[in-house]
Amino acid sequence: MTNPILTIKNLTKKYGDNVVFHDINLTVNEGDTIVIIGPSGTGKSTLLRCINLLTRADEGQVWLDDKEITAKDCDEDVVRQHIGMVFQNFLLFNHLTALDNVLLGLTKVKHMKPEEAKVKALMELERVGLSDRAGHYPGQLSGGQQQRVAIARALAMDPRIMLFDEPTSALDPELIGEVSDRIVFLEKGSIVEEGTPDELFYHPQHERTREFLWKITELYGKKETGKIDG
Amino acid sequence: MADWLQLFQRYLPDFIKGAGVTIELTAVGLTIGFVLGMALAVARVYGPKWLKAIAIGYIEIFRGTPLLVQLFLIYYGLPSLGLTLSQTLSAYLALGLNSAAYQAEYFRGAIQAIGSSQMTAGRAIGLSRWKTIWYIILPQAMRLMIPAWSNEPISLLKTTAVVFLIAVQDLMAKAKHAATDTYDPIGSYLAVAVVYLVMVFVLNWGLKYLERKTRIPGFEMEVNKS
Amino acid sequence: MDVARFLQYIALGTVYTVGVTLIALPSGLILGTLFALLNVYSGKVVKWFTSLYSTMMRGIPPIVLLFILYFIVSGNINLSPFWAGSISLGIVSSAYQMEIIRGAILSVSGGQMMAARAIGMSKSQAIRNVIFPQTLRLAIPPWSNEAAIVIKDSSLVYALGVPEILRRAQLISASTQQPFLAYAAAAAIYFILVFVTNRLLDALERRLRIPANP
Repeated sequence: MTNPILTIKNLTKKYGDNVVFHDINLTVNEGDTIVIIGPSGTGKSTLLRCINLLTRADEGQVWLDDKEITAKDCDEDVVRQHIGMVFQNFLLFNHLTALDNVLLGLTKVKHMKPEEAKVKALMELERVGLSDRAGHYPGQLSGGQQQRVAIARALAMDPRIMLFDEPTSALDPELIGEVSDRIVFLEKGSIVEEGTPDELFYHPQHERTREFLWKITELYGKKETGKIDG
Repeated sequence: MADWLQLFQRYLPDFIKGAGVTIELTAVGLTIGFVLGMALAVARVYGPKWLKAIAIGYIEIFRGTPLLVQLFLIYYGLPSLGLTLSQTLSAYLALGLNSAAYQAEYFRGAIQAIGSSQMTAGRAIGLSRWKTIWYIILPQAMRLMIPAWSNEPISLLKTTAVVFLIAVQDLMAKAKHAATDTYDPIGSYLAVAVVYLVMVFVLNWGLKYLERKTRIPGFEMEVNKS
Repeated sequence: MDVARFLQYIALGTVYTVGVTLIALPSGLILGTLFALLNVYSGKVVKWFTSLYSTMMRGIPPIVLLFILYFIVSGNINLSPFWAGSISLGIVSSAYQMEIIRGAILSVSGGQMMAARAIGMSKSQAIRNVIFPQTLRLAIPPWSNEAAIVIKDSSLVYALGVPEILRRAQLISASTQQPFLAYAAAAAIYFILVFVTNRLLDALERRLRIPANP
């Protein structure tokens, strides 16, 4: 299975004179998990937002399957139904219960019948292990539970791909290696290098990649020591 | 438009005279309200139970009834209790008593934001309770409340416009004269609306200036809320 | 002198006072909400005009505006002072309510709009289903304040001859030579109206409050 599901071509985003990222090219195949790593403020979140058109890129194209979604005549509301997104701080709808958070898109966007939608929404909550929290409001859920509701809300739309912005800020490099098929290292708005976890973590080609990896490993290592001492 | 400008020009000296009265009303009302409002707030926060109750009752009643009713009660009602006040004095009193209720709440907010630790600190160096309030709490409260309080002068200036209903010769009274003279009520009231707008803008500008001048970095309502 | 009868006469003015409020407050809310939406979500020109409207209307004393609007309204449509006065007060209130709604919209975080758009909602769907329900909850406390102001400002239509509480108190005070009692009765009724309105809206706010862990 090597059908490209998402193709990014020469994507560039600027705010005034400030270039957020420049000339990004990336292809994602069906079933792939791609992890983009890089220092903060390097354009990762903006790149994700440009993929589901929450922010418009200045140049370049994004293709979903064989359709150019950055085209002028493309309905962005329809595009976003096919691209699920889980935000860094989850952004659950504060005034709705967990169930209603998942339901809203089904009834208002997919126009499902209320009963059908409810069955599906409950199933999605079940999938993330939160069916017993269906009636809780975001303010009554822990951070982890909120994140799972956000995932259920996105999955309920049956998206072609899912985008996760900072799924967990404390993810260590080894774990990233386990979940991903490919790692992309982004720095100062451009892709420095990409490859399998093994290639990138153990045989990085660029000095900048090595430096970055060394820094995060050291950070992670310090945390560990702290734990032992405590 | 030309007619209107003519009307404006013709009555401008009159309007300026009326505006002077309006400014006087605002200044006197604000001053009475400031002093009385401070007393009410201190009574509400630090007073014994009965005094607290009186302060709360006063604030609720004056905020819960229209100024116009308060004005009529003072001007038409008090004489039947043996106290007759002139129109101007009645207006001063009504505006002052009314504004006091609102200013008391600005004072209270600021006093409570300062918190009890300053009281403890004052008592610790041997000041009495009242001296601590006067020398420690109130000076800080006054600085702290300026941003919120700066709504009150503008609000009061606009509120004064009802006193022409007991025949005080303020700006609005002049507009009424102009309206009956010229048979052009819309033009006349529009003309004084412009004068009011100018006064409000100037006052607003002045208060913003005061706010900037008296600002102490790091000493703001939010910071001190703990 | 029949005290009970004259108090009853003043109290009947409540019908007009409440009537004026019930016309002015909702019409001000509809207009104010519309202007607030335009101000937050539309282009530069509309934003500028709605801001100008708000600044102008809030810079002029309500009674001056009431007189201007009353003469404009009653000069163009054949309306009773009651209706013309109520509508005029509604327009006065619209600028203040616009600021309340605008403030509430702006305090719903931008992320909520983004999250709604991310699941494929259109802008208007997001406003209706996500932004608005949260805005209205946030707006209740300041709106309760504005409701009290409109009840109190309804006394201004006294000057147009509408037989509401204050007007009736004046008539009674003239005929009975008991001005203090008459105006004190009027004050008491206004106080009760404001008090009850505030309590009802407090209760509504508590009822609609979104549950959260302390």
